[in-house]
Amino acid sequence: MNRLTRFLPLFILFAFVGAVAWRLSSPADEKIQSKMIGRAVPAFTLASAVPGKPGLSSKDLASGSPRMVNVFASWCVPCIAEAPLLAELKARGVAIDAIAVRDRPEDVAQFLAERGDPFMRIGADPESRAQLALGSSGVPETFIIDGKGVIRYQHMGPIEPGDVSALIKQWEEAR
Amino acid sequence: MIAEAGLAALWLAAALAALQLALACGLGGEQGKSIRAVRAVAVAQGLITLLAFAALIELFLRSDMSVLLVAENSHSRKPWLYKFAGTWGNHEGSMLLWVTVLAVAGAIVALFERRLDHKTLGASLGAQASLALGFFAFLLIASNPFERLDPAPLDGRGLNPLLQDPGLAFHPPTLYLGYVGLSVAFSLAVGGLIRGNVGPAIARAMRPWVLGAWVLLTLGITAGSYWAYYELGWGGWWFWDPVENASLMPWLAATALLHSVNVLAGRGGLRAWTMMLALVAFSMSMIGTFLVRSGILTSVHSFAVDPLRGTFILALLALYIGAALALFGLRIAHVKEGAPFEIVSREGGLVANNLLLSVILGIVFVGTLYPLVAEALSGEKLSVGPPYFNSVASPLALVLAALMLIAPQLKWRRDAKPILPRLAPGLLVATAVLIGTILLAPGIGILPRFGLMIGAALLPASLLPLVGRSLRRTPLPIWGMALAHFGVAVAILGMASDSAFTQEKLTAARPGDRVEIGPWLVEFRQVLPLAGPNWTALEAELRASRGSGVAVLRPQSRYFVDPPTTTNEAAIDTSWNGQLYAVLGEPSDQGRWQLRLWWKPFVTLIWLGGFLIALGGSLALLGRVFRRRSHGFYRAEASE
Repeated sequence: MNRLTRFLPLFILFAFVGAVAWRLSSPADEKIQSKMIGRAVPAFTLASAVPGKPGLSSKDLASGSPRMVNVFASWCVPCIAEAPLLAELKARGVAIDAIAVRDRPEDVAQFLAERGDPFMRIGADPESRAQLALGSSGVPETFIIDGKGVIRYQHMGPIEPGDVSALIKQWEEAR
Repeated sequence: MIAEAGLAALWLAAALAALQLALACGLGGEQGKSIRAVRAVAVAQGLITLLAFAALIELFLRSDMSVLLVAENSHSRKPWLYKFAGTWGNHEGSMLLWVTVLAVAGAIVALFERRLDHKTLGASLGAQASLALGFFAFLLIASNPFERLDPAPLDGRGLNPLLQDPGLAFHPPTLYLGYVGLSVAFSLAVGGLIRGNVGPAIARAMRPWVLGAWVLLTLGITAGSYWAYYELGWGGWWFWDPVENASLMPWLAATALLHSVNVLAGRGGLRAWTMMLALVAFSMSMIGTFLVRSGILTSVHSFAVDPLRGTFILALLALYIGAALALFGLRIAHVKEGAPFEIVSREGGLVANNLLLSVILGIVFVGTLYPLVAEALSGEKLSVGPPYFNSVASPLALVLAALMLIAPQLKWRRDAKPILPRLAPGLLVATAVLIGTILLAPGIGILPRFGLMIGAALLPASLLPLVGRSLRRTPLPIWGMALAHFGVAVAILGMASDSAFTQEKLTAARPGDRVEIGPWLVEFRQVLPLAGPNWTALEAELRASRGSGVAVLRPQSRYFVDPPTTTNEAAIDTSWNGQLYAVLGEPSDQGRWQLRLWWKPFVTLIWLGGFLIALGGSLALLGRVFRRRSHGFYRAEASE
């Protein structure tokens, strides 16, 4: 047995301890970021989710100026919490579209009537296909897409008051 | 008062461990005197640690809510058994159990090990003391089980209802006994390496500990698998979950060690390799405990995560395993190799067994840690699941089983007789099964088919080593080996049958509906509410009938109040040729209920096999301890 073989188990131990120490020092981030960040929005065309408002297709998102896409649902409780903050973002000049996931037109209409409607376009995504294509794993999530239709940023979970300035900054950077 | 006494006992035991280490290092003067002193201190340390553990049990039985650990994990209205088992159903208590077993094992070695020379025994007891010292420090600094809570709450915060199960009350301590039993093998290997005494004497001292620990690990894993099977309600019996793997890895290493230690004890061969396995087996126990306790890997088993504790155990295991492996690297070149042997020989078979088991261990180790390493290196998140483990480990396990058809029948050193006649019974059975399954079940996968063939072939082949012997004079360890190998055959048949023939049905059924599955016609009769001691439930009544018999199954959906949790209690009907397994799910619209049914032919053989393997190990252990006793007696007399 040469010297290297004799000490091989020790080296394996070092590798193990190193990997584990790294994990202990940087606790696991349970969020799974979309793999689509930095890539073009995959092609989709969604019908209108609510009467009187246009639907959403991937072409609408490559309009030359950045857009925000909010993935939401009327049955989603955290979506209620973020509704006023979306209104604030709109008031500060952000163009927002939405994807209503697994929803019914009358429920969406009622949600918008009660919680406010900051959206320009809302696409209905009854089987979560567009949601999954964007790499979103839940509702609510918010994406920022630049003028060329490339996904720049993903915010997971409800927008909280502290997130607004970060989202505005991302939106400015996407210009 | 009891809590303070327990804490004092823990400090005292830690001090004794330090003293034991100091004495073993030769700080206590003359050699002949000090081995006696080391022995006495080791016994005292074991007894006092046991006292501390008894104090904690008493606190749980009394429901002393002024102790933080009891208040957080127990409840005065909980049944007696679960108060008792609750002692180790939490982090601090389980670590105290761990260190108690460690100290008591050291005490038993100190009391009964008479064959090793004093220097090696002293060094081994020193190693055992240093292990205990580290874990005492961990308890006293980072996980004090006796911490008071002031003011005391009126009542405790209960225990995870999933853990309120008699099987689970004894599953963790069984595994722990197995894990920690391997510490003795580790300490003996360290002692042998320090003293340059690696030979049959060390192996004989190690053997009963390896056997005992391995039997307990086998029982623990088998029981844990059955628990997961009926309690989780997923119909599976092994999920390759990190926590399951944490118990499987020491078992694989111990299985390899169990085989190689016999070569060293009987033939003086495989010295370096056996020492390495002894170090690896307990290292895997520590790594397993660390993975489970630190919550570092995502798992269905949830334990409280505390980074300080994780870092502490990591530092301990890096220190111990690192020191032991460095010692191995430095000293092993001085170890003489034993008698040579040819490839076709018992030794050759055992080497192949060891290599295969080690490769499987490596596969499980890599698969368990790969997500962690991948994220550390590339930032990518992924998980490694059953497809990897099943497709990589199962074929190797089958090769290992196929090797068992012949290897136990080979002679030591060199076997020149023709192999084929000895393989014939197994080959005949395997061929018959191959033809039978092709005719009756052409659609099953290749792995299950091989599993059925090899499992069936091994049934007669495992008993062949007994043929031609005078059965009355056959030593118990040989009986044990044959029985354990027979158990492996039975377990493989169960696993292969489960994966080849299981039928599954998920339906949305209304009361009155009938569902056909396997040979059964299941009638969904009604759903009724039910109340237990600390839960309420919805219970379905299913009437399952087939040709001859009728069975009533009552799967439940249980709601526990404190803490609020829902569990699915599967209902299982066991018959000679399989199990009918039913789970009641959520109610869906229009009065329908989700109902999940499985028909699993011969699935019970998996756990029956595991039990037989453990029984075989116990027989071998009895044989070793019994013979050992008589030897010891003889020697003691001779030296008088």
